[in-house]
Amino acid sequence: MTALSHTAELMRRDQVWPFLQPPAASINVDKDILLYIEDLNLSFDGFKALNNLNLYINDGELRCLIGANGAGKTTLMDVITGKTQCDSGSVFFGQTINLLKYSEADIAELGIGRKFQKPTVFEAQSVFDNLELALKSNKRLLPTLLARLSPSEIDRIDTVLATIGLTDHRFQLAGALSHGQKQWLEIGMLLVSEPRLLLIDEPVAGMTAEETERTAELLTSLAGKHTVVVVEHDMEFVRSIARTVTVLHQGSVLAEGSMDHVQNHPDVIEVYLGEAP
Amino acid sequence: MSLLTTFMSRRNSLGSPVLPFVTILMTLTVLAAIGNLWIPADSALHVSTYTITLLGKYLSFAMLALAVDIVWGYCGILSLGHGAFFALGGYAMGMYLMRQIGSRGVYGDPILPDFMVFLDWDVLPWYWLGMDQFWFAMLMVLLVPGLLAFVFGWLAFHSRVTGVYLSIITQALTYALMLAFFRNEMGFGGNNGLTDFKDLLGFSLQADTTRVALLLCTAGLLAAIFMFSHWVLKSRFGKVIEAIRDGEPRVRFLGYRTDRYKVALFVYSAMIAGIAGALYVPQVGIINPGEFAPLNSIEIVVWVAVGGRGTLYGAVIGALLVNYAKTRFTALMPDGWLFMLGALFVLVTLFLPKGLAGVYGQLITSWKRGRNRDEPPQRNQEATS
Ligand SMILES: Nc1ncnc2c1ncn2[C@@H]1O[C@H](COP(=O)(O)OP(=O)(O)OP(=O)(O)O)[C@@H](O)[C@H]1O
Ligand SMILES: [Mg+2]
Repeated sequence: MTALSHTAELMRRDQVWPFLQPPAASINVDKDILLYIEDLNLSFDGFKALNNLNLYINDGELRCLIGANGAGKTTLMDVITGKTQCDSGSVFFGQTINLLKYSEADIAELGIGRKFQKPTVFEAQSVFDNLELALKSNKRLLPTLLARLSPSEIDRIDTVLATIGLTDHRFQLAGALSHGQKQWLEIGMLLVSEPRLLLIDEPVAGMTAEETERTAELLTSLAGKHTVVVVEHDMEFVRSIARTVTVLHQGSVLAEGSMDHVQNHPDVIEVYLGEAP
Repeated sequence: MSLLTTFMSRRNSLGSPVLPFVTILMTLTVLAAIGNLWIPADSALHVSTYTITLLGKYLSFAMLALAVDIVWGYCGILSLGHGAFFALGGYAMGMYLMRQIGSRGVYGDPILPDFMVFLDWDVLPWYWLGMDQFWFAMLMVLLVPGLLAFVFGWLAFHSRVTGVYLSIITQALTYALMLAFFRNEMGFGGNNGLTDFKDLLGFSLQADTTRVALLLCTAGLLAAIFMFSHWVLKSRFGKVIEAIRDGEPRVRFLGYRTDRYKVALFVYSAMIAGIAGALYVPQVGIINPGEFAPLNSIEIVVWVAVGGRGTLYGAVIGALLVNYAKTRFTALMPDGWLFMLGALFVLVTLFLPKGLAGVYGQLITSWKRGRNRDEPPQRNQEATS
């Protein structure tokens, strides 16, 4: 029976088989919306981590996601990037690309880059090598084996190194960097991969006030050319960069709007005051 | 600026080990060859044929260790089944050598090897066809281990089996093959395996010149594989492989299909193990199912651990030293070797987590640091400005 339904699905004439589609199928943003998340549900052993979540991200905007610990922010990013399968719902990249059908690697190739909550850089390799690995390039086996850095690629890496302030550490092992520098390196890895959409989970954790300020500048400068979604607990930081803020609570959207709107929203006040120590 | 960057990013902190490695390996081998063929037997510098064969055997083990280091040291895939790929390569070579015997066997059958006549078989099984051709047999030396590694790797890496589970199923793989090859009906000589070889490409295997030629071949191929592997692992492909070792999920989010990278590396490594097996068999004169024994595969891992993971030359040194110790030790106390091996593994894990290569690396680094203290580190500043 399942075999039959699989076959039926395979034979549907209104869609092309996934392997025949060019992976970088052009992203259709005619409606000015880059990411459509609709009715997303996900439960871990009965616990609803995502609960009928609806979220639309406009093309080129900088969106902040806030919410208490365990609200489902990281889980949402896991679903978008293909790390976790959702139970039901849909995630579309542009109007046509159904992200739920793609693997992590495909999604990265489509142009969605991610910075993890816990900085994950390749500690045994140099800062430069970390950036080279992240470079936007053909990631298949043979091209990677024969890859040589072109002068323009080296310039690109050098520019990013300057942007993230690690020029002097270029040949240092990434494992020897400070926590804040690792965060920056990971942001740098996002930059060299030139993604369309950046998902950034808690970028300023462990950064000094000055580093935080520079991160804020960098992220605001990225918006427009890229679309940026930032998860952060540091309210001052959020206030300094945010145009639109979305508050997540228990796996669904509680409020959305400008920072002032959100902060004065009765539901938000109730939830935050209820949880405040 | 960019030239410097390219140069520096390819730079290895210990300098490239390729040239010293190849030079030392080839010099020693050529000296041994001269010592055997041209220095009279009564001279102190004469190298006996026994030693030549022993060296050839050690070098094929070194190649096998290299294969394990490529997957374990660089990609974190702890294979406890590489003995299987080695044995399969060995069997492919053994089948060719069997068919070279022709009618010189005990039963004098021009086609069938002795053990098949003994089993009352009257036709050659299909999988023995073509094995009388050297080129075909050599193709099988690469293809059979490669194909097995491909199927196995694809299944395992595609379903994201890693760590201890992977190690256990590689053990199961080699164990299953051992049981299969022990059966007479398989057509590989049962528990006696394949032996009584006469000649290779028309050269008698008993002749000193053939022995020396086999040693030179082994050393030459080891050097070539070392150079090629070094190139592969220093390329961007190699950087991806190391990144997979240190954080596979992260590599996926960069857009690399990590399972394909692992399968490719696993197949490459299995083929090297196959070549090592094919070189081993004519030198020791026998291949039997004992080579599939799970313990053999574990021993290889100990060689690599002793020599040091992730350097290539460390694996070679480990294989040579441990096997030399084994030869010496089993002559004194035949039953004690397993205890020695176990003790060696525990000691290395506790006190030399990076193996002998790691000790060497530390010495070099501290020596360089001592030297840099005398002269101010100008070059560093040039490099970063
Ligand atoms: N793999 C998993 N198995 C079981 N529960 C999980 C899993 N991943 C997340 N959860 C649960 O889902 C909920 C949402 O987690 P998530 O990591 O998305 O929160 P978050 O909003 O990112 O919180 P934080 O601000 O602490 O990072 C948490 O209660 C967490 O315990
Ligand atoms: Mg989180």
